[in-house]
Amino acid sequence: MVGITSFGAYVPFLRLDRSAMGKGGKGEKSMANFDEDSITMAVAAVMDCLDGVDRDAVDGLFFASTTSPYREKEAATTVAVSADFRKDILTADFANSLRSGTNALRAAADAVSAGSAGQVMVAASDIRLGAPGSVFEQSFGDGAGALLMGGEDVVAVLEASYSVSQEILDTWRIDGSPFTRAWEARFTGGQGYQTSMWGAISGVLKKTGLKAEDFAKVVLYTPDARSSMRLAAGLGFDPKSQLQDPLFGVMGDTGSAYAIMMLVAALEESKSGDNILLASYGNGADAFVFKVTDKIKEMTSSRGGMKRNLASKDVIDDYSRYLSYRSILPGTADIYPIPFGSTSAPAMFREVDKNFRFHGVKCDHCGTPQFPPQRVCAKCHTKDQFQPVRFSDKRGKVFTYSMDAFASPFDSPAVIAVIDFDGGGRMESYMTDRTVKDVKIGMEVEMTFRKLFEREGIINYFWKSMPVRFSSEG
Amino acid sequence: METIRDKVAIVGMGCTKFGELWDKSPEDLMVDACYEAFEDAGLESKDMQAAWLASLVSGCTGSRLANAIKLDHVPITRVENFCCGGTDALRNACYGVASGAYDIVLAVGVEKLKDHLGGFGQFITAPFDSSKVDVDLPPANFFAQFATRYFHHYGISMEEGKKTLAKISVKNHHNGTMSPKAHLRREITEEQVLKSPIISWPLGLFDCCGLSDGGAAAILTTPEIAKTLKDDYILVKGLGLANGNGSGLLDTEYGFTSMPENVECSRMAYEQAGIKNPREEIDLAIVHDCFTIHELILYEDLGFSPRGKGGEDVEAGTFTLEGDLPVNTDGGLKCFGHPLSASGLRMVYEVYKQLQGKAGDRQLKDPKIGLTHNLGGLPSYFNCAVGIFGKEAG
Repeated sequence: MVGITSFGAYVPFLRLDRSAMGKGGKGEKSMANFDEDSITMAVAAVMDCLDGVDRDAVDGLFFASTTSPYREKEAATTVAVSADFRKDILTADFANSLRSGTNALRAAADAVSAGSAGQVMVAASDIRLGAPGSVFEQSFGDGAGALLMGGEDVVAVLEASYSVSQEILDTWRIDGSPFTRAWEARFTGGQGYQTSMWGAISGVLKKTGLKAEDFAKVVLYTPDARSSMRLAAGLGFDPKSQLQDPLFGVMGDTGSAYAIMMLVAALEESKSGDNILLASYGNGADAFVFKVTDKIKEMTSSRGGMKRNLASKDVIDDYSRYLSYRSILPGTADIYPIPFGSTSAPAMFREVDKNFRFHGVKCDHCGTPQFPPQRVCAKCHTKDQFQPVRFSDKRGKVFTYSMDAFASPFDSPAVIAVIDFDGGGRMESYMTDRTVKDVKIGMEVEMTFRKLFEREGIINYFWKSMPVRFSSEG
Repeated sequence: METIRDKVAIVGMGCTKFGELWDKSPEDLMVDACYEAFEDAGLESKDMQAAWLASLVSGCTGSRLANAIKLDHVPITRVENFCCGGTDALRNACYGVASGAYDIVLAVGVEKLKDHLGGFGQFITAPFDSSKVDVDLPPANFFAQFATRYFHHYGISMEEGKKTLAKISVKNHHNGTMSPKAHLRREITEEQVLKSPIISWPLGLFDCCGLSDGGAAAILTTPEIAKTLKDDYILVKGLGLANGNGSGLLDTEYGFTSMPENVECSRMAYEQAGIKNPREEIDLAIVHDCFTIHELILYEDLGFSPRGKGGEDVEAGTFTLEGDLPVNTDGGLKCFGHPLSASGLRMVYEVYKQLQGKAGDRQLKDPKIGLTHNLGGLPSYFNCAVGIFGKEAG
């Protein structure tokens, strides 16, 4: 019995008011902060998905995106190591297609089904750019979704899947261009989206023998607010009661992550016995039928999911900030390069456990937790007798802080917080996704994986603190 | 362990004008500082048997000093100990004399910060991890964190706290107006300080010292030789150097209200100098006011004020030129300026001139014991240097 064993999502804290991009823009779109990219958002979604999960039982991680930060270098390894997965796992990137998220889902399900992996994490994440002034600039949002696929304790059983492949230039982005392009909507909607989605969904319905009325929810990728409604109605579904809200007015089209994020939203509202149809699009379409199990009752935990992620936000209407965060406007990073000096691949390689896994140590002799890892205990001076401790899922409190007016060209003032971790350990940290007036001594923070800076074609990632985004109660 | 007290004498000192010295090279500053010291001591470069050169950004090897003043094949060590570099060059030179290895030596500190974009903030590549994930920002941030916590810890409102800091800045600016060689020489008001733009909250522009170019030099010898050179030589009474081990950024007990390096380092120096009650026995102190909050904390760390009561002594005027224990009589780092490795020797220069009664308009009434203090680095891995100097043996 293969299916989803856990799910998680990440929607950036920032939202851009669409009217900031031009008159007539409605609602808001999710907008990655200056220190986020598809990798960092994927890490956040995976961490959300790991709520209550034994990460050592995960045998693979598939990363799906059309906007992987590196053209050549695996992103799945970065996500896997930052989520502190085992080293002997299968990692792979699924790229280039809007359908890469569900491609990865299908491959993960097949791997579990074939017995080559017990559980595989699928992380889909996108941060696509529409050219300034374009429809895509309005419609694209940023975000990530994660699904853990496994064969035991399944929350939603994968009953069937069906795919069609279609060669068409409807939306595309050629190597070297930052912006997604498209042919005219009358062509792409009719010949691409409606045709492929119709084919895949009809196929999976035929395979399962289910009818439209058998579904509690239909989750459809959509390139705009209306296309999925037309498609659903055409297939005999009732868009009002059955179609998953595409969250267009509050988030937008999150690309390869979109269908998975909407599926997470649907699962949050689902009950045992529900049939859910999922279909995503991109040079063809993938359709899946899931049946929700009793386990869904156990999923009401401290995860962020879609509902809480969407509710926690800071809406801005500063278009120039958006443009500079996405490097469409040249930034000032090169004018005042902090920190000084070059990046070092050997140093980054050496510090993987510290910088990505976010491991500190706990002294075997006196029990004092310490970050970063030490050779000699700061407390009892015992040498080389430590156990690794993961700090990424610890919370902490601000002990003291400063707010630098010059250190960040993107997010001034830069809040620098000394945080004391619950259970011991201390760290001097950059604080992100903060509201300046709310920063104070004693404030509760959690850790988030972010980009520190990019230099010499190398992105330096690390963990930052941020105000606790969701309270654990619900 | 023997004390250094009264084993070494300063017989000559030099200090350049500090500031944005666009038309001076590091070598110019070495020549100007050393030749003033030579003239003061009645000696020449050929009399120097060894030298120590402190510099962070204008260093390389000791040969840079040999090249500038044409020292002929004498041993020269370059010292790099961040803000303590100048004092540490002096300290090493003192031990060179005290050990009997040399009779007459030279300690020099020089820095041309303004030749580099961003002063020195961008040059702090260590002790940060070379994977570059540490919070690697100009020092204002770290001291700002002390201010935030200090006020919180002692229940002082931010408004009151900032007023205390403003008074310290106003005092140092006032003293700076009487220092011809200081970088910034104008009176300011508390209101100006409080209204100045934020650099790193809660610290504003006037809470931060000037970044400057400058050089200073000292000639050291034995008291016996000193007697043959001049009557008003100054004796080294105590020298402390303490390096923090970084545990404060690992250990949640570290309080951000005091720098233990200051406490330990001054304890070393007091012990050597035989000082039991610093508030009573020290006549002037030239301390590392890189940021106003540090001067406030120093009143307590150096034992001048009880814990949490530094502000009350500021209010009482204790540390002004007319007060019981004048601090930063020459304007401090705030106004004299802060060319890192030159600052320690500049501080000794002020103490030397004050003890000799040659401090001009800011001259104190017959001071006998003076203290200098530097601190550089990061919270809990600061390095700290303290020097104590006196007029009379014993």
